[in-house]
Amino acid sequence: MSKISRREFLRLALVAGVSAGGMSGMGRIAEALAATKALPPVVWLQGQTCTGCSVSFLNATYPDIAKIITQVVSLKYHMTVMGGTGEVAMQALADVIAKKKGQIILLAEGSVPIANPDYCNIGAKGGKSYSFAQAVLDVAKASQAALAVGTCASYGGIPAAHGSQTKAITLNAWLKQNGVSLPTINVPGCPPHPDWMVGTIAHYLWYGVPALDGVGRPKLFYPDVHENCERYSYFQAQKFAKDYGEPFCLYELGCKGPISQCDVPSVRGWNGNVNACIRCGSPCIGCTGPTFPDHDGAGLRGAVALNQPTVKVV
Amino acid sequence: MAKKITIDPITRIEGHLKLEVEIEGGKVVKAYSAGEMFRGWEKILVGRNPVDAQHIAMRICGVCPAIHAHASTLCLDMAFGIHPPKNGRLIRNLLLGANTIQSHILHFYHLAALDYVDITAIAKYAGNDVELNKIKAWVLNALDQQNAGEPVAVGPFLPRYEGDFYIKDTNTNIALIAHYIQALTMRRKAQEMLTIFGGRMPHELAIAPGGATQDPTVDRIISYKLRLAELIDFIDNVYVPDVMALAGAYPGEAKVGASYGNYLVYGMFDENEDSSVRYLPAGVVKNWKLETFDHKKIAEYVKFSRYSSGSGLYPYDGQTEPEPEKHGAYSWVKAPRYDGLPMEVGPAARMIVAYLSNHPDVKPALDGAFSALGVGLKDLNSTLGRHLARAVELKLLAKKFLTYVEALEPGKPFHTPFQVPKEGRGMGLHDGARGALGHWIVIKDSKIANYQAVVPTTWNASPRDDKNVAGPIEKALEGAPVADPNNPMEPGRVVRSYDPCLACAIHVVEGGKEIAVRRVI
Repeated sequence: MSKISRREFLRLALVAGVSAGGMSGMGRIAEALAATKALPPVVWLQGQTCTGCSVSFLNATYPDIAKIITQVVSLKYHMTVMGGTGEVAMQALADVIAKKKGQIILLAEGSVPIANPDYCNIGAKGGKSYSFAQAVLDVAKASQAALAVGTCASYGGIPAAHGSQTKAITLNAWLKQNGVSLPTINVPGCPPHPDWMVGTIAHYLWYGVPALDGVGRPKLFYPDVHENCERYSYFQAQKFAKDYGEPFCLYELGCKGPISQCDVPSVRGWNGNVNACIRCGSPCIGCTGPTFPDHDGAGLRGAVALNQPTVKVV
Repeated sequence: MAKKITIDPITRIEGHLKLEVEIEGGKVVKAYSAGEMFRGWEKILVGRNPVDAQHIAMRICGVCPAIHAHASTLCLDMAFGIHPPKNGRLIRNLLLGANTIQSHILHFYHLAALDYVDITAIAKYAGNDVELNKIKAWVLNALDQQNAGEPVAVGPFLPRYEGDFYIKDTNTNIALIAHYIQALTMRRKAQEMLTIFGGRMPHELAIAPGGATQDPTVDRIISYKLRLAELIDFIDNVYVPDVMALAGAYPGEAKVGASYGNYLVYGMFDENEDSSVRYLPAGVVKNWKLETFDHKKIAEYVKFSRYSSGSGLYPYDGQTEPEPEKHGAYSWVKAPRYDGLPMEVGPAARMIVAYLSNHPDVKPALDGAFSALGVGLKDLNSTLGRHLARAVELKLLAKKFLTYVEALEPGKPFHTPFQVPKEGRGMGLHDGARGALGHWIVIKDSKIANYQAVVPTTWNASPRDDKNVAGPIEKALEGAPVADPNNPMEPGRVVRSYDPCLACAIHVVEGGKEIAVRRVI
């Protein structure tokens, strides 16, 4: 190790992990990062969310969550796991905003309701409710970069779907409306895979903003689903499942594979790769894209047209 | 003169919750709990294909999606006039079972324990465990950074309320910190269990009307069973002893956090295909007396909730619209009542109803715990009692799940085919980790015409009703000591003992169309 710089080691470890088809190298990266100085500060805010993105983050395997928060980043604020409550929690957030200007990495989970700020308050400040919308702006202004964690923050998701009353919008749209400019990366998925979240943070920290596709996602994690699907050969042979449990292509049962992008079917699977969306016999519901869950009227179980462009930019 | 303090946010729960408490003589005399986030889920469901319902509905909550998916498919089964085959029922039980294990472990170690465990004790660790020494090095390093001016250096664990709150014995603290770390891995394995049959967690894909899309192959059965065996070891040898140790260290917690002694349970884990028998039985307890559950006695009140709808209505009879500025209203949570009474739901409710029903597994298990701790059934109505009920319940449930996984029949059907009817109605009532959950659906023109959910935390964290009667958590907070209003630890402990889930509690909207209910569970 003496002949190789720490940074170089990390680079090699990351490359080894990614090229093996997973993030398996990241455990070693984390080991190498045993901190002697302050780790990059992360503030995780939750808006209109089900907390599913956070739960998925807790499911991270290599590195696991304990290593992430002791060796990769310093998790300054996360409502679901933090020790502090009430004013102690709010003061912690204010301290980080004040003392870490320009250094914070903001992870925003959930959409921003703009019909009324009271549709989502994250605490109290100066005796008044402190809205998620305001907190996002306050933290973003002190941040070096922001990740829209999950489909709600990236594209609006279900809170912005047909029938919504709260005018739920994306992190990017909210920042833009308020003239706040900083690098942002969408990490959609309902939920996003923990490897996508951890991998995007790692990429940003060590290699800068990853190459993004037309809807702001790291290309690394969001290849086409359909052509990489284990059932694609049945599609080519035009053999379609008519009911759950049949091994054939699920297109006629409403599979959103043809309009979706993510690496779950091709390499990653879920929860330690013990199973995966289409592998479990369910059609893909297209949860990583901007059209989820309406899919232009097709919903989750209606068939999609095959000649559409695969990604719609919103 | 009462001093009013606001605790906002209540962290280490799911979602956005604010607490206002009035303190007099060092004790809470009045409490107001307020849900702080609104999404309007039910209205978003209207107009969609009914087979999408369980996928949208489970996304009410990413911590407990399995019970929402479960209740939603039960109501779709009813609306479609089908039952799952045996394998389908068992797979659903195993999905919900895995999520219940994950939920209870996460709740105790990662949400509640930091109210008792002193994380800084790791600095005194003198043993040779590699992982613990790494945590020790991290804390020492972070404390150095803190002294050098780094804000929230020991995040997310510090800062916290300071005072005479935490366990003093170094070895006990270190053991619990080690178990906190171990529990992170164990809860992840429970998520893997769910994914083995569900395809993904959170937000499983394989649950469907009529059963499941995943066939129970032998490799999956073994894979689930071996993880379950590991979790049973953890529950029996780590989780339950830790809860008992906490009970021994904090006997006062059995005297704090009492609500009304009213409990509501829909039952948990179908033992047959038509849902008529459940492992943990349905029932209602009013002031410690057991009654038969009748769903028609449920009504929701909104006088203090931010909705402009009528009040006191059967969940789906009224028009419900958000009204953020409604005068006097203080919460996005409605106030459901059973027969006009506030009801506590959750593990304590399930254990109390089962105990009073002379359940063959629950009664001896609880009697054993009671005699070990010198407490009784009514002590389950406390902060400590809720932790104890959760632990006793999980020990019994985990063993029950073994019988479910062993009963799977590879090669046999796991799904009943269905047609979406032009018209239909359904109700799915079932307990999840946090308590009694109900979903209701009306189908017209083969689309969702109405969808309603009345969820556990809506019962527990409800605001006052139209008669100004406090919700269960509000009631449980009354009498809680607050030695230092600047460090109000005790109210948070009371609230966390309920394991509230605010994303679940606030999702309401829609109504105006009657939903008839045909099946009583």
